[in-house]
Amino acid sequence: MADPLLSVRDLVTEFRSEGEGTVRAVNQVSFDVQPGETVGLVGESGSGKSVTMMSILGLVNQSNGRVVDGQAMFEGRDLLSLPDDEIRALRGGDLAMIFQDPMTSLNPVLTVGKQIAEAILTHQDISKAQARARTVELLSKVGVANPEGRYDDYPHEFSGGMRQRAMIAMAMANRPRLLIADEPTTALDVTVQAQVLGLLREAKDQANASTILITHDLGLVAEMADRVVVMYGGRVVEIGSVEDIFHEPRHPYTVGLLASLPRLEGDPERLQPIPGQPPSLAHLPGGCVFHPRCFLRQGREVCRREEPDLYSIEDPHNPRGSRCHFHEELSRRASGGAPARDAGVEGRDA
Amino acid sequence: MTDDRGARTPIEEGRAHAEDPRMPLEGGPGGRMPTEQSAGSEQPDVPLQAQWRRALRRFLRHRVAMASLTIFAVIAIASFLAGWIAPYSYEEIDLQNRSSPPTLEAYHFFGTDKVGRDYFSRVLFGTQTSVQVALLVALLSTVIGTILGAVSGYYRGIVDNALMRLVDLVITVPFLAVVLVAASYLGSGSPVKIAIILGLVMWTTIARIVRGQSLSLREAEYVQAARVSGAGDLRIMFRHIVPNTMGPIIVNATLVVAQAILLESTLSFLGFGIEPPTPALGKLIADGQGSMLDQWWLVVMPGLVIVTLSLTINFIGDGLRDALDPSTSGRG
Repeated sequence: MADPLLSVRDLVTEFRSEGEGTVRAVNQVSFDVQPGETVGLVGESGSGKSVTMMSILGLVNQSNGRVVDGQAMFEGRDLLSLPDDEIRALRGGDLAMIFQDPMTSLNPVLTVGKQIAEAILTHQDISKAQARARTVELLSKVGVANPEGRYDDYPHEFSGGMRQRAMIAMAMANRPRLLIADEPTTALDVTVQAQVLGLLREAKDQANASTILITHDLGLVAEMADRVVVMYGGRVVEIGSVEDIFHEPRHPYTVGLLASLPRLEGDPERLQPIPGQPPSLAHLPGGCVFHPRCFLRQGREVCRREEPDLYSIEDPHNPRGSRCHFHEELSRRASGGAPARDAGVEGRDA
Repeated sequence: MTDDRGARTPIEEGRAHAEDPRMPLEGGPGGRMPTEQSAGSEQPDVPLQAQWRRALRRFLRHRVAMASLTIFAVIAIASFLAGWIAPYSYEEIDLQNRSSPPTLEAYHFFGTDKVGRDYFSRVLFGTQTSVQVALLVALLSTVIGTILGAVSGYYRGIVDNALMRLVDLVITVPFLAVVLVAASYLGSGSPVKIAIILGLVMWTTIARIVRGQSLSLREAEYVQAARVSGAGDLRIMFRHIVPNTMGPIIVNATLVVAQAILLESTLSFLGFGIEPPTPALGKLIADGQGSMLDQWWLVVMPGLVIVTLSLTINFIGDGLRDALDPSTSGRG
């Protein structure tokens, strides 16, 4: 296999907080992104998805955070130990990011065109007129009608979908190698979502960029991603190709996530939630972080005592891993049909 | 005393997603679309921003503020045109009409003083000095306060602590005493000197306001987005954060003008302000107070001007505040 574009190893990020002491928001996170690949980063709120990305971009120290350990190799350089000016040169250049909420991620007092042109001028040594021309071209590429005229519009004069298009244009402005999309469609309505997704895919293909798609929408992952990284409690709990993850999840949390999706078969009126609450990062349970909510544990002590490693699962085609002591059992269950549809209740014993 | 970190959540992840409740100039929850579109406008550079246009409309509808603005403008313009408007120069002596009460005769609208100098002209020139000083003070203190506040709120930590303790220091030190000492050491006299002295002590409020705004705006998504697209600290501070605090900055600058007029009058009254013979409003009152009982106009006329100026400016400030911050007023 070719060398990965981005290779994150054992990333640990902590936040200092008054009262709670040090909170470890990201713990021992490792994953690779291959050139041209789309990786879905899945998990519920507070699972450490965004903090992982912020760490890679060198932005956690803006907010009481600190990368304590780990590596993030990007084209032979460790992003985590780059000096400020070098990482800044990469941000918005080779590393671009699209934010969740297009309503708030454009500065309300600058015109949309200016903001995009500014992103271009930061990284390319061209004249203002050229930057303007390039911006207009980008705007038209992302499907903004009358880009010449819209250049001088303020963000509030754009609709939500248009703003997200503008954000995509801004992200693609410097032909990034890696595009990080943080829930790019969550704030949009469904019809616009589809358009934006198509656009995102198109943009990524044109630039041949790798993409990290942060989301909690599994449908989106199934649609867009090649590989999936599932995070829970600041850890990677399962990692694998999108087919493997969806057809044979090997971590009980992934099983729970999939079971909680609305389905056509069975009882469509009732969703299967994962019992319990996501843990507070300041008070993570000992042992396996998922054990209090786990249906697979069935009272076994080892789950409470020992934190499982990210076991690699034998598979010649797609390397995958699961952070569960008993992932083997899921393999057997999966062969017996839809796993764990009814197993949810048992998790309450802790 | 102030450690703001306690109020901040430990895990910043959720924050980036939280809707920023303080997009200062947006219309309302729905972010109303403006009625006019500037879509077709040809000029490449900033057309009048719709938000500002909306604020302007709200301001124009604010009756007290508009009336105040008119009165202030008339007084200010008249004072700046004093050289042409005033019937006399401020030193000219009309021996025929000494200690004359206000009268239309010989154009002594505000009367004359003991030596027969036309008081209307003196007040007009005095107003000119006072307004000049006040505007300069507002400019100076706003620039200082904005820069220090933005830096403080953006970098937080030690920088913030140091700067805010400096603010505390400037606020706690007895204001008038410091200004008097400074004025007497630097030598009173020129309006510019007085303006600099006042400006150096009046930036604290604006610094605190901008710091507060900057503390919260640095977490705004568009600031994150700018950071992610490679913008440096200076660009983020002065292109993304400061422009978004323009509303409060403008309101405060207006109020500083009013304060500065009062302070400059106080200084001049105490004899540490503008050097005679240049007239200043406070100085006129100081000179007139001895004969206040039989020549009331010597105190009342400049006093009235001071009161009018500071009142109208305060009303203008109120109007601006309402216009720029839609949440405090009804829909414009």
